[in-house]
Amino acid sequence: MSNATLEAVSPSLQPQPGAPDNWRRFFSFSTDHKVIGIQYIVTAFIFFLFGGLLAMVMRGELITPEADLVDRTVYNGLFTMHGTIMLFMWTFPMLNGLANYLVPLQIGARDMAFPRLNAAAFWMVPVFGVILTLSFFVPGGPSQSGWWAYPPVSLQNPTGNLINGQSLWLLAVALSGVSSIMGAVNIVTTIFRMRAPGMGWFKMPAFCWTVLSAQMIQLVGLPALTAGAVTLLLDLTVGTSFFNPELGGDPVLYQHFFWFYSHPAVYVIILPIFGVFSEIFPVYARKPLFGYRVVAVSSLIITGLSLIVWVHHMFASGTPGWMRMLFMFTTMAISVPTGIKVFAWVATIWGGKLRLNTAMLFALGGLSTFLFAGITGIMLASAPFDIHVNNTYFVVGHFHYVINGAVVMGFYAAIYHWFPKMTGRMYYEGLGKLHCALTFIGINLIFLPMHPLGLMGMPRRVASYDPEFAFWNVLASLGGFLLGVSTLPFILNMLSSWAQGKQAPDNPWRAIGLEWLVSSPPPHENFEQLPIVVSAPYGYGSDEPLVANDPAHKPTHDLTEGVSP
Amino acid sequence: MNRRTIGVLVGLAIADLLASLWIGQQAYTWMPPQASAESVLVDNLFSFMTTLGSFIFLGVMGTLLYAILFQRAAKYDASDGPNIEGNVKLEVVWTTIPILLVIWIATVSYQTYDRMSILGPMEPLPMGMATAEAAPTDRAASVTSPPIQVFARQWAWEFHYPEAGVRSTELHLPVNQRAQLVLSSEDVLHGFFVPAFRVKQDVVPGREINFEFTPIREGRYRLRDSEYSGTYFAANQTNVVVESSEDYQDWLAMAAARSPFPAENVAFEAFNQTDASAIGLGWKTVEPAPAPLVNFASSEEDTYE
Repeated sequence: MSNATLEAVSPSLQPQPGAPDNWRRFFSFSTDHKVIGIQYIVTAFIFFLFGGLLAMVMRGELITPEADLVDRTVYNGLFTMHGTIMLFMWTFPMLNGLANYLVPLQIGARDMAFPRLNAAAFWMVPVFGVILTLSFFVPGGPSQSGWWAYPPVSLQNPTGNLINGQSLWLLAVALSGVSSIMGAVNIVTTIFRMRAPGMGWFKMPAFCWTVLSAQMIQLVGLPALTAGAVTLLLDLTVGTSFFNPELGGDPVLYQHFFWFYSHPAVYVIILPIFGVFSEIFPVYARKPLFGYRVVAVSSLIITGLSLIVWVHHMFASGTPGWMRMLFMFTTMAISVPTGIKVFAWVATIWGGKLRLNTAMLFALGGLSTFLFAGITGIMLASAPFDIHVNNTYFVVGHFHYVINGAVVMGFYAAIYHWFPKMTGRMYYEGLGKLHCALTFIGINLIFLPMHPLGLMGMPRRVASYDPEFAFWNVLASLGGFLLGVSTLPFILNMLSSWAQGKQAPDNPWRAIGLEWLVSSPPPHENFEQLPIVVSAPYGYGSDEPLVANDPAHKPTHDLTEGVSP
Repeated sequence: MNRRTIGVLVGLAIADLLASLWIGQQAYTWMPPQASAESVLVDNLFSFMTTLGSFIFLGVMGTLLYAILFQRAAKYDASDGPNIEGNVKLEVVWTTIPILLVIWIATVSYQTYDRMSILGPMEPLPMGMATAEAAPTDRAASVTSPPIQVFARQWAWEFHYPEAGVRSTELHLPVNQRAQLVLSSEDVLHGFFVPAFRVKQDVVPGREINFEFTPIREGRYRLRDSEYSGTYFAANQTNVVVESSEDYQDWLAMAAARSPFPAENVAFEAFNQTDASAIGLGWKTVEPAPAPLVNFASSEEDTYE
């Protein structure tokens, strides 16, 4: 926006530590949003592999009915840390990485609003990552109360030590919350204040709309989680009794605190992935995003509704009937704006000129798993049906179809799509397609069998189970191992392409968007001159230019030259 | 659109509908046996939602697959597709239809929940909204058996029949009578879950929760702890026996005549075994409560449906 032009310090040509060809910047306290974005993504991906390894040990345990591979306490620690790492160390940092990298480029800004705050928020991630990892080595092991940490189980402290898995877990989650709030303040401010001249709200790419909607949820919801975590930590360490029923506390109150944030958190996770779909389908179908304005606004509607549905996690908890019915109706309502998006993507693809390269295949895979998860999600919103499958594998199957299906496949789609921009290199299509096929088969093989298991009545979080569940569990375990193997072609592709892939042009996909107008990788501070946006973001099939100037090059008659120092 | 296109679309919609109706019927077979009045209601609801869900899933996936197969760009075709930015009519349709669908699903769900009345008749809503009429017409049983106290603990289930003076780790219920349970926990959260009954309720320490349902089929079924309760959570299971009124009375009399003995308890036995072994590969755990002293115990050897 206009005030951004005031700080239009001309990007200097002299060499500097943040220069795009200097690999050491990825290990420094860099304030360049592109460096921070990649730092987030790579750190998160390492933890993704760690969390996946824990899941594979769990699938090893579950391939037989008896608890025979690991001790029950170890299994309980594994599923707790799997959930915690996948959410707080993988999903949130990974999405912050995508938002960090893409938002300033897409809105035509030279960096984020608060670059130092941005770097500080990132560097907290390895800190609480280390705390979580270290908790495996304290006496008594890591937290074993599940990632919900419901009291009173989370208050039982068999070792009696002050430093135990649970208190370290709570410390890490609180730090993660602080880091997320810092990130959210930064991203929301950036989108509000730093859009390029001419970029009105309805000229902003859909990805930025979804990031804005998601980060606003963080600002509203995280204080509730932090309050819950702090009071639980007080109960655990100094013996207060907010949630301890023996001393008059109420364990159900904690569940309200927890889900008041943690339900909206799933929209913090899925909304940016919706944004990725909205960016990718138009490029590879060569058609404008169908109903762009409605798709954009539906993100905000989802944000609003996401704050009033949390009790659907508590349909079988200590909740009265009227509360279950009320939240059943609000939960059903949220499927409407979500459905609008799905139909809009299908209409975008329909009648286009499809190019099925890796990014598009991943996005299509993510869309199909999301559609399936959306339908089982509406079933779960129905309280009487949920009462049967609540806390069973049906729920585990449902949310993994979202979070490993839609979110992880959407992440891969984004990485393949923007890899040339991020690194200046092209990836290998063949390896990418192999990766996509293995991932898609793996996801369906592990998570589809969980639905019949849940309907049959297999509870989640069990280290052992009755023999009638063995068949589907064997299939699921095989799928889990395949999913582990599927990451190998990805890692190989990324490392070798980044090292010696073909040089990428500025815009290899002929995509429309400000990030594609600058070089690959973009220079420090992105734009030689701030773009002047004149069109809506998805002008495929029309000849209208997106911008009125050439942001990659200095203006020949630079009027701002005089003001810059 | 010409007539032929409309004909093809109508034909596809009918095919989608028929396939969905068939899948909706299959949904019944994915569930455990229907052993309670509530399970019939829940299965009908699930079949209804499976039909609707399949219709949408097949319709959307069919459209996507057609586009993927037949609408690909030719190898050297660098041109764009048509510049279609939206269609207000279509967008109104695909907003309105889902709104109507979810209102339909929510209404059917509301009626189902109301008829189940597992927590007793629903309390009136605040803000003066009236509940549906109490006393549903098809409540399977007008007879109600006396309340049974259910104690959940780490990690055992214990059922107390106060009138008969019986304690048991196997839940016995007379068929076709409204079962009344009073759920309470002595330590942490547990979940009372009988898949064959399709009912579930968290057991909250510090509260007594009245829970009811109607078994309609004789047999032995599995009862599982459904709310994570710590180390031996997975082993916290037992059986429910639904039997005729006469058999139930006989069982109560037989059990009352026995003197209490320690029941079989997976958690307690496993803990003592691990504790005795020299090398522990696990972490320190909360100690299980000792095996409950009861007049009648369930056995892990018993078969169930």
